[in-house]
Amino acid sequence: MMRKFREKLPGRIFFLLALSSISVLALITVFIVVQGAPIIARVGVIDFVFGMSWAPSQGEYGIFPMIVGSLSVTLGAVVLGVPIGICCSIFLAEFAPVRLRNLFRPAIQLLAGIPSVVYGLWGLIFIVPFIRNYMGGPGLSILAGSVVLAIMILPTVISISEVSILALPPAYKEGALALGMTHWQAIRSVQLPAAKSGIVAAVILGIGRAIGETMAVIMLLGNAVALPSSILDPIRTLTTNIGIEMGYATGEHREALFATGIVLFVVIMILNSTAQTIVKRKKDQ
Amino acid sequence: MKLSARAGQRIAKTLIWAAAVAVLAVLLFVILYVLIKGLPIVNWGFLTEIPRNMGRDGGIASTIVGTLLITLVAIVIATPFGLGTAFYLAEYTREGRITRIIRFSAESLAGIPSIVYGLFGFIFFVDILHLRWSILSGGLTLAVMILPTIIRTSEESIRAVPDIYREVCFSLSATKWQTIIKVVFPSALRGIANGVILSVGRCVAETAAVVLTAGAPLRMPSSLSSPTRTMAVHFYLLVREGISMDNAFGTAALIVILIFIINVGANALINRAMSKNRTR
Repeated sequence: MMRKFREKLPGRIFFLLALSSISVLALITVFIVVQGAPIIARVGVIDFVFGMSWAPSQGEYGIFPMIVGSLSVTLGAVVLGVPIGICCSIFLAEFAPVRLRNLFRPAIQLLAGIPSVVYGLWGLIFIVPFIRNYMGGPGLSILAGSVVLAIMILPTVISISEVSILALPPAYKEGALALGMTHWQAIRSVQLPAAKSGIVAAVILGIGRAIGETMAVIMLLGNAVALPSSILDPIRTLTTNIGIEMGYATGEHREALFATGIVLFVVIMILNSTAQTIVKRKKDQ
Repeated sequence: MKLSARAGQRIAKTLIWAAAVAVLAVLLFVILYVLIKGLPIVNWGFLTEIPRNMGRDGGIASTIVGTLLITLVAIVIATPFGLGTAFYLAEYTREGRITRIIRFSAESLAGIPSIVYGLFGFIFFVDILHLRWSILSGGLTLAVMILPTIIRTSEESIRAVPDIYREVCFSLSATKWQTIIKVVFPSALRGIANGVILSVGRCVAETAAVVLTAGAPLRMPSSLSSPTRTMAVHFYLLVREGISMDNAFGTAALIVILIFIINVGANALINRAMSKNRTR
């Protein structure tokens, strides 16, 4: 009797722990939506998402410039960061001498561990003046944010792509080499296509990381709420809008920031479930 | 003009090497720059005095204590929940709708930006639960933030334990609980510890979620319900308000060293535990 009880107990406890974990995670969604939805309803979804003017003191809440901001900075980070990241993952999986690999992997971990604000300061000291002096504009710009974000998404892109290349059966590469291909030909025409789904997932997760970054880009983007005309213009993103104004916002203004959070939440959910679906489809094959 | 296969190989290899060297160089540059600018600032007083004059003078003792306490709260709370969930998913239930829902939400929420966790913590812990801006609010918010990571890494490493281990145990008439605690858990420990360490690093480095939930006072926290400023937040405010670049670099250098210790020390620890397991 006692023994039976002792055997059942851990399962019950684990179930309760799982249940509470899942409820907390559900709570997040509920609370963000409950706080932000009323103002979206009042302003109207279209006017909120596509509105051009953000002036909380006058009751104007349009976040379109920030959506453009988030997308442009992220696009820049992907264009700069992804090719380098994929090269690094090929390097680690295929070319790196063992000793260098053993140095590289922890280094990438460290790169991922450094607080984003440190990258922000680094960009502020090196990237921003460089852009101001040699390319024009105020320096605080989409380009500055993109460069620093490109560095910050590297660990995600590198580690996930590397895993997906390493997970391929060795027969793929051996077969290609046996057919007389060079190592690079084997990588390009056999291994990379075979690892494609993992690499795509890595890129999508990198995009998610870039869109979600807040503190580093507050320091680099100049935070002006306006549509940019070039990559040298300052801009504000969805995340920085929350980060800058949450400290003093009250009432309707605060609700509007939560509503910004909803938009961010939805974008990330779409990205992540796409990445998950791609990975899962690959697994099922 | 079509390149010969050999030339193509050479060009590709050069580019790939160049990319790898460039990444290593940037990493070294970032870290060395921070350390070179920051380490000369760090001395005994910097470590043991609380910030004075908005952080222009004095040290950063209170922010070190704040960082450690918030991280501790987050880990102590998130680990049991994360581990319990992982064991439930991997050992106590069949694949079905419930496991799919739990796994889907854990995976989706792992990617949610920290500022959104900050918003949640602000409204839920600070406001609704009346914990105000405090170490507790900050720690709980971070616990929620790292929960998906801990669930995912733990579940993966529990699943990676070969079934034959369990079968041998059962054949020796061990109960399920004995099997889990004596065989599965030790074998999965390395992966589990890895996930927890990753989370410690994220807590130490986090800024956005903490600044919304733990406040930013300079004084030494007296209990878990007092507000505090973490090192990352202190660094951010020093730079953003232009208060003191020197002290900002000092703080950044300490954060980088702390992260380094967490990564390296943790790996060493895990490796030692692993080799002990093997000889047993």
